[in-house]
Amino acid sequence: MRHLLSTRDLDRDTAIGILDVAEDMAQTADRQVRKLPPLRGKTVVNLFFEDSTRTRLSFESAAKRLSADVITVVAKGSSVSKGESLKDTAQTLAAMGADAIVVRHHDSGAAHQLAHAGWLDATVINAGDGTHEHPTQALLDAFTMRSWRFGTASRGRDLSGLRIVIVGDILHSRVARSNVWLLTTLGAQVDLVAPRTLLPHGVEHWPVTVYEHLDDALATRCDAVMMLRIQAERMRDAFFPSTREYALEWGLSAERLARLSPDTMVMHPGPMNRGLEISSAAADSRRSTVLSQVTNGVSVRMAVLYLLVSGSGSTAGAE
Amino acid sequence: MVARIVLHDADITRALRRIAHEVIESRRGEGHLVFLGIPTRGVTLAQRIQRIVDEIEPGVSSVGSLDITLYRDDLVNSPTRTPAPTRIPTAGIDDAIVILVDDVLYSGRTIRAALDALVDHGRPRSVRLAVLVDRGHRELPIRADFIGKNLPSSTNERVSVRLAEIDGADEVTIDS
Repeated sequence: MRHLLSTRDLDRDTAIGILDVAEDMAQTADRQVRKLPPLRGKTVVNLFFEDSTRTRLSFESAAKRLSADVITVVAKGSSVSKGESLKDTAQTLAAMGADAIVVRHHDSGAAHQLAHAGWLDATVINAGDGTHEHPTQALLDAFTMRSWRFGTASRGRDLSGLRIVIVGDILHSRVARSNVWLLTTLGAQVDLVAPRTLLPHGVEHWPVTVYEHLDDALATRCDAVMMLRIQAERMRDAFFPSTREYALEWGLSAERLARLSPDTMVMHPGPMNRGLEISSAAADSRRSTVLSQVTNGVSVRMAVLYLLVSGSGSTAGAE
Repeated sequence: MVARIVLHDADITRALRRIAHEVIESRRGEGHLVFLGIPTRGVTLAQRIQRIVDEIEPGVSSVGSLDITLYRDDLVNSPTRTPAPTRIPTAGIDDAIVILVDDVLYSGRTIRAALDALVDHGRPRSVRLAVLVDRGHRELPIRADFIGKNLPSSTNERVSVRLAEIDGADEVTIDS
């Protein structure tokens, strides 16, 4: 594997392999020295055409913990805002000797184009492209679910037998797309809940069951409820009558939280709209994994960077 | 390819027992011993040696593993390797006597990586090296303190250590 563009490209064993390496990376957080040497002398460029705090910080600290040199380019304040094309930016970065490019872009397919247009030779990691995919978010969600369910016995396991309910703006959500592919590859059952206006075309061909009402989906026991952010910045139409109505019908309220089975985890990729898709009671409850998702994000991104950037490309098993 | 057995199971048991006694003697009654095996087979050997030490002097030792994958000096030019878990005993390694344990000592590069990995976990009082087989051909100024068997070999021969826990039987063979 040379690039990470979509979770569709990951087969079960590769996905489990990444999660297992992430376990090793997570262990280094308790050490006296938290830095590891494998990317010494490598340059990782974070190329962000779209606002992001946690993903950018997460990739930055992951690359730094692996001893890479990190350059962060944010679209505001760079030539990108002066109208430099993706191609020119890519060629500039290639000329600077970037070994890996972590890219976030508002257009779906931007990461794919960067990887395959022949503009540069570096490894490309998709950190979110339009409404298409956000593979490392799905990997960290899967990692969080696996740790919640199996604890220290997580290594080598997939997610078969788990039922995951993903709720909200599926139409605009790259997190949902990446999760649907990855979680089903790992054997989990994925159910989606959304108003009909926020479902993408062709969702009937996805390997999922779709519910219109949250209460129907939560009537059966599930292992995780993943609340998606209502992405006001991508909404150019009226997709639902009012935020109040959305919160009532599709929000994870305190009452719905109380009805969940005690071992169901509450997930959110952040940033949260409290009072809209998730109530404060749910966001701050003990079963909320919002903060461990952030912590796990660094370990998972370390694993991805290590596996893609350190060696000569192909992957060998342990000796 | 002719495989010749150089150590049988009884030889391996005797060698580990002798190493355990030598380690205890070198401790001179002081200091906590932490046996850290280098994956994969070093971990099994470390567990076996520590078990013997614990029978003779209970409570003076603990055991764990130290993965060196991320510290290798050949990461750039070889296919990506999957790391193995590192398990450091909860008491840590500060001020302990660390005994690194590996199956075969060859170029010495694994041990160089292990020394680098070790400093990221703490500052031991001293570090020593125990190996089941020393086959020579060092590329770095590294030597073992405790050796099961010195096995002069040529670089085109292959030394294989098999252990019951992993491979179903205990034996060391040399192929030429």
